[in-house]
Amino acid sequence: MPLFYDEDQSMLEDSAAEFMKTEAPVAHLREFRDKNCPDGFSHRLWEQFGEMGFNGIMASEDEGGLGMGLKEAGIIMKEIGKNLAPSPFLTTAVAGVEALNNGSKALRDRYLPGIIEGKTVLSLAIDESSKHRPEAIAMEAKRSGNGFQLNGKKQFVIHGISSDMMIVAARTAGSAGDKDGLTLFAVEKETKGMEMDAVRLVDSSVAAHVAFNNVELTADAVIGEVDQGQEVLDRLLRAGRVASAAEMVGVGTGAMKQTLAYLKERKQFGQLIGEFQGLQHRAAHLYSEMEIADAIVRKAAEAVDAGVESAELLVSAAKAKVGVTSNLAVREGVQMHGGVGMTDEYDIGLYMKRDRGLSEFFGDSRYHANRVAQLYGY
Amino acid sequence: MSDLETFRKETIAWLEENCPAEMRKPAKSESDVCWGGRNFQFQSDAQKQWLEVNAARGWTVPDWPTEYGGGGLNPAETKILKQEMTRMGCRIPLSSFGIWMLGPALLQFGTEEQKLHYLPQIARGEIRWCQGYSEPGSGSDLVSLQTFGEDKGDHWVVNGQKVWTSYADKADWIFCLVRTDKEDKYRGISFLLFDMESEGVTTKPIKLISGNSPFCETFFDDVKVPKDQIVGQLNRGWDVAKYLLGHEREMISGGGISNEMPSIGAAFNEIVALDPIMRAEMAAFDVDTLAFKAMGELFMDELKAKKGHPAQPNMMKYAGTELNKRRHELVMAAGGSESLEWESEASNKGAKARNWLRTKANSIEGGTSEVMLNVISKRILELPGA
Repeated sequence: MPLFYDEDQSMLEDSAAEFMKTEAPVAHLREFRDKNCPDGFSHRLWEQFGEMGFNGIMASEDEGGLGMGLKEAGIIMKEIGKNLAPSPFLTTAVAGVEALNNGSKALRDRYLPGIIEGKTVLSLAIDESSKHRPEAIAMEAKRSGNGFQLNGKKQFVIHGISSDMMIVAARTAGSAGDKDGLTLFAVEKETKGMEMDAVRLVDSSVAAHVAFNNVELTADAVIGEVDQGQEVLDRLLRAGRVASAAEMVGVGTGAMKQTLAYLKERKQFGQLIGEFQGLQHRAAHLYSEMEIADAIVRKAAEAVDAGVESAELLVSAAKAKVGVTSNLAVREGVQMHGGVGMTDEYDIGLYMKRDRGLSEFFGDSRYHANRVAQLYGY
Repeated sequence: MSDLETFRKETIAWLEENCPAEMRKPAKSESDVCWGGRNFQFQSDAQKQWLEVNAARGWTVPDWPTEYGGGGLNPAETKILKQEMTRMGCRIPLSSFGIWMLGPALLQFGTEEQKLHYLPQIARGEIRWCQGYSEPGSGSDLVSLQTFGEDKGDHWVVNGQKVWTSYADKADWIFCLVRTDKEDKYRGISFLLFDMESEGVTTKPIKLISGNSPFCETFFDDVKVPKDQIVGQLNRGWDVAKYLLGHEREMISGGGISNEMPSIGAAFNEIVALDPIMRAEMAAFDVDTLAFKAMGELFMDELKAKKGHPAQPNMMKYAGTELNKRRHELVMAAGGSESLEWESEASNKGAKARNWLRTKANSIEGGTSEVMLNVISKRILELPGA
């Protein structure tokens, strides 16, 4: 398969681009930020995502989805990123659905229809400290009767407060670092014993600190097999990492586009600042890095979709590369905008904020560069 | 089984049968590379045999048409062949400026007669070509070149000097930019081909900081060039040159991606185990390498499908050469004092240090990094006044 988009993928790209530009441009983010929306996104927009058919992209055709892969999901994520569109697409339609695809039919029957329609929102409770360290998950899920009892804390649960179901990773056996003993649970909203503390983040998204106090779950809440959750978690993480990387390609691309436009309109010393070679070379370097970041994200998506052995390596390389590159795009963006880059009125600062948020989601560039080294055996 | 799966199966079988074991080990140094040509000394029988079986099948140039000595493969088949050769560690049977540079220009601009005459010689490795572009006063500003071809009816008489002519002392023929009209800067250059054994051609190797001399100064003193040895139209050689520079940039940037790019950190795992800062730098480098490799794949896919921005080779050249320079800085750092050795047998006569120094030319030859950034600014980003 060539790495460029084929005809169907290009059509998807066009329709996603058109949709985001019309329905969820940066002004949409500003609107929801300024009215201090407790969810941080528009439920109506989420339904429109559903109407467009986006939400079922990773669900099988038999179950009402499009049966596509991460390469296609990445196309939508990129357009989301370019427009800073706030939505639960990443946690729900990509990472969440990928987990459900590896769980029971009963759970899919329960959640997929609502997801596909844009009514249901999923969140992911994985992180237990301020840095992404899924290999250190220690939260306890004790067997209790026919079910389980959860105790512990999770944080950085994006959309936790507005989600209908939260995917929770916890230990049913062993201790942090053991491959066996991890289990994923589908926890319904308002389950007794769950306490949520919603916090607004720098990019106006809303995350939750979640405390689980003797939360009782039945056995049918298990996604996949008890004690064998690592496999499902790995799949969820691969999907989430590639998709968040794709969104960051969009964020970086959007920031670069704004910056290039500014270089072509702002005059100083009697000439357009884009005529200065000092800025031209930095812009050209940024372009080059963005192209390369986009390529590794496509390659990682293709590798996961094809289930090749090197997928894990490519996924971490993608998140690591994009982390550095989109960060460069937003930093150069603000700097090249000069004083107005510091104002709330200009959008470039919003790109910088979203980039910061996404860089922590599913592991930052250092975490993933370290992982590349580990996977290479050093 | 699809046609492509069948092709892959047959290709694997053919490679297994025809690629000598010795040709499946990575080339250790420049002297292991097969360049072909009238005076080429094969390093081994295996090297000669590997060239001959590929030439017979048209696989030195798999995607060229069969009538010109190529394999007639489509882009998908070419990609499969490359993948399988990489996977089995097969060496490139023939490295050649004829294949990478002149060939594509002839395919685009040559007459049918020229194609039938020159291309099969290139494909079989019979004629080794060199490129006469840069001059002492014309580096980045190549179009200011002064080497002049005076019209003498049925031939030109060429006088002037070229510099940085790669392997001019080993090449059989040269493709050369020659001014044929002094009045028009851009439309006054012609693209001529001539034999390096012609009377009046002399070469003088240039010793570089690496101690090696892959480049020459080349002098033309009343060299006669018949009129049928022009590619493209009279005075329109700049069009050919620009087209070919694109290919040169692909070649230079593709140099690193055509073969496997192993992890640098894994290659030095004992060193990085004791040096967390170096480990971090190498991990970041491995990330960039994997990313650039993906870019190389996307770039080649787009090129073959005639998609992608026409100025994209400039980006590839810039990124690829800068990456390669960084790799060699890390290799030197990991090698410590041993990598400084210049002549010892243990250091393979200073190969590490010499290779490191050689890479510094990567971002100068074929258009400097700064020129690449200028071109990206102007043609891709459409920044003003660039």
